Amino acid sequence: MPTPSRYWREIPQRYRYEAGRCKACGFICFPPRLVCPGCGAREFETTKLAETGTVLTYTIIRVPPEGFEDQTPYAVGIAELEDGVKLTAQIVDCDFASLKIGLKVRLEFRKLSEDGEAGIIHYGYKFVPA
Amino acid sequence: MRDVAVIGVGMTKWGELWEKSLRTIFTETALLALDDAGVDTVDSMVIGCMSSGLFVGQEHLGSLLSDYLGKNPAPAARVESACSSGGLALRQGFIEVGSGLSDVVLVGGVEKMTDVTGCEATYALGTAADQEYEGYHGLTFPALYAMMAVAHMHKYGTTREQLAQVAVKNHLNGSKNPLAQFPFKLSVEAVLSSVLVADPLRILDCSPITDGAAALVLCSLETARKLKKPFVRIVGSGQASDTIALSSRKDLCWIESTQIAARKALSMAGRKVEDIQLFEVHDCFTIAEIMITEALGLAKKGQGGKAVEDGLTALNGKFPVNPSGGLKAKGHPVGATGVAQAVEVVKQLRGEAGERQVKGAKRGLTQNMGGTGGSSVVHVFEAD
Amino acid sequence: MAGIIGYGAYIPRNRIKVEEIAKVWGADAPSYKKGLMLEEKSVPGPDQDTITMSVEASRSALKRAGIDPREIGAVYVGSESHPYAVKPSGTVLAEAIGATPECHTADLEFACKAGSEGMFIALNLVRSGAVKYGLAVGADTSQGAPGDALEYSAAAGAAAFLFGKDDLVAEAVETYAFMTDTPDFWRREYMYYPRHGGRFTGDPAYFKHTTGAAAGIMAKAKLKPADFAYVVFHQPNGKFPFRAGEILGFARKQIEPGWLVNRLGNTYSGSSPLGLAATLDIAKPGDLVLMVSYGSGAGSDAFIWRVTDRIDKVRNLAPRTRDLLDGNKVYLDYGVYAKFRRKIRKAE
Repeated sequence: MPTPSRYWREIPQRYRYEAGRCKACGFICFPPRLVCPGCGAREFETTKLAETGTVLTYTIIRVPPEGFEDQTPYAVGIAELEDGVKLTAQIVDCDFASLKIGLKVRLEFRKLSEDGEAGIIHYGYKFVPA
Repeated sequence: MRDVAVIGVGMTKWGELWEKSLRTIFTETALLALDDAGVDTVDSMVIGCMSSGLFVGQEHLGSLLSDYLGKNPAPAARVESACSSGGLALRQGFIEVGSGLSDVVLVGGVEKMTDVTGCEATYALGTAADQEYEGYHGLTFPALYAMMAVAHMHKYGTTREQLAQVAVKNHLNGSKNPLAQFPFKLSVEAVLSSVLVADPLRILDCSPITDGAAALVLCSLETARKLKKPFVRIVGSGQASDTIALSSRKDLCWIESTQIAARKALSMAGRKVEDIQLFEVHDCFTIAEIMITEALGLAKKGQGGKAVEDGLTALNGKFPVNPSGGLKAKGHPVGATGVAQAVEVVKQLRGEAGERQVKGAKRGLTQNMGGTGGSSVVHVFEAD
Repeated sequence: MAGIIGYGAYIPRNRIKVEEIAKVWGADAPSYKKGLMLEEKSVPGPDQDTITMSVEASRSALKRAGIDPREIGAVYVGSESHPYAVKPSGTVLAEAIGATPECHTADLEFACKAGSEGMFIALNLVRSGAVKYGLAVGADTSQGAPGDALEYSAAAGAAAFLFGKDDLVAEAVETYAFMTDTPDFWRREYMYYPRHGGRFTGDPAYFKHTTGAAAGIMAKAKLKPADFAYVVFHQPNGKFPFRAGEILGFARKQIEPGWLVNRLGNTYSGSSPLGLAATLDIAKPGDLVLMVSYGSGAGSDAFIWRVTDRIDKVRNLAPRTRDLLDGNKVYLDYGVYAKFRRKIRKAE
């Protein structure tokens, strides 16, 4: 479970999908980084992720990690967004039978987990069918 | 680099070792290796362990284990690269002896996983993934490999049955390994009807939670000859890194770090993959072995499923893979696995593998992998 | 002139039918359905709460308003099921929509009236010139005690309203508030479920304040029921809004477009705001809409809106309320419902 400061640090990414676009080659890093994995350059400008994409692969988790028991079974997937960024997230509001490679999805704000009954609540993005 | 030999191996039976602590498991195993080598003194120790901190609350393993083995004040280091920690320890030992800095190095790997609940163990294993962009979203290791399986099945037509056949083959081999955690045979039906963990992977597609250790004694060729013990040479070592997150990979169906590490190791050894008689690879999940088979060049890209179906990687096949039973049947005490792979290869090259012996084995290759392929370590061994 | 520049709704896709709840408690489903004029209600998933629904409803409001969120000067979330007892829902919402850091935020509570409270405050801040744009959301995932009458109706949903002075979708003609201390429904701190006064929640509570506020605002604006195209009342069950309308002299067809409760349930702080959103989805330029909320404790906020030409340009820029209500539903059985609503005692 992320601690409050670890959770808070990723808010611009988890709530607003803020990414970094390499000024040299245009590669979009999510989350933002210091070194471009595409060309090695070190200057970026802030951008936002495209919010829609296509599922590249998926699975249904039936044995959950701690904190995800109430949601089990749940689907997760990797989708390629319209801007080329590949993102990992749960796929929700979708019958398992409708899951497929090529499914069109968009990002929606949801609760990911809680640190027990007394800890902080972790919010972020999930995929829903578009 | 000068030549490096393996003069001793040690491994005890793996499983749920309730009576034994991490330090006991390691020490017993290391003593077997030292006795097998016939040495008492080492210049240094390198130990692979993924997460003694999360599993038993213990860091500073170098100090602990050199102390308990009675080797103080020898330098001792614990190295970590998730599930390839053992292979990494072997590589560090190889570099230390090969560079001439040390003459005799004890290489070990250990993991004590059963002192925590299954849930806590899953969490600890999950630290090999991207915590903020995979783990945060409720991903588990079975789920990450399941996604690789779904992509591989979609792109290449790999089938559920082919995945199951990896488990069946490894259990057949493991049934001949007295040290294996699960030395029993499995049928394809049993695999296909076992409970789902992350579709399409079932519990029998997944390597288990295990306590165990493995150890090797490395030394210079000169010292090996002086000791007049049977030895095996490490003739190649390669390591490569890839993205931490699966979603960042160029190709979801390909393990590039293994391809690169294998090329480097084989190049150092001056060999091609066809020159190798046996392979101990990282079958953390059945799909992993299929993809590794391709990345090593034993099968063409996308044909890894067919390779196991056709018996190419069976004990008596063209490229025997996991004669020990692999992670699936032998067990997977994470940090120990990479070292245990080497223990198997050395035994095979010394002709000591009993019912699992690959006939005429002269060269063997170990491939150890971390996370979903974020790190790979490959070694090539040759009989004297 | 200030008013609504954007609006948005969010309803989770899970539903549970009255029959399913009645079966477990050995109650007579037909009489509950008839007495409450209710068939089914929405249920939040384990990954949905007041905050998540507020964010999505607000994103829809922003799509319709087309403004830069950094210019939003006030963000209010009204709910009786804020995820934290201490730590505002408003801060998460403001961060998620990009309104931080120059933004005033508060969480509001007043039983089912907390949403309209936020609207009252945000609108008046804009009117006074204190902020350029204000956002108010009414959202709830409220609970009814197992086996209690409220369990049939306590539902989940959110509606968000952005207020400004330009490019109005609906002008704010008048606002009004009417309240007394009336203990008809309450929840003490640390108690998991609310309690209520049974039939006391009717005439001295809901009807007194709803009709009092409606009569008061109409007198203030010098308007009569016939002047309005539509009226939206707080909807604790299917019957009360029609009875309030009857008492005041409104026709059923004025109430029906904003009457969602029969298949939505009572979304508490989201109730009249969602009714307003559903009404804006079909209203025509020039229509006058009366909205009257109700919160136990007790009080009602009232608003008179005049729909502008701009409604036709923006209404399709985000999901329509009734599409969220009737499309893509999934029915739960009581066991899964109880699991999602944490009514099952788990290990410590």
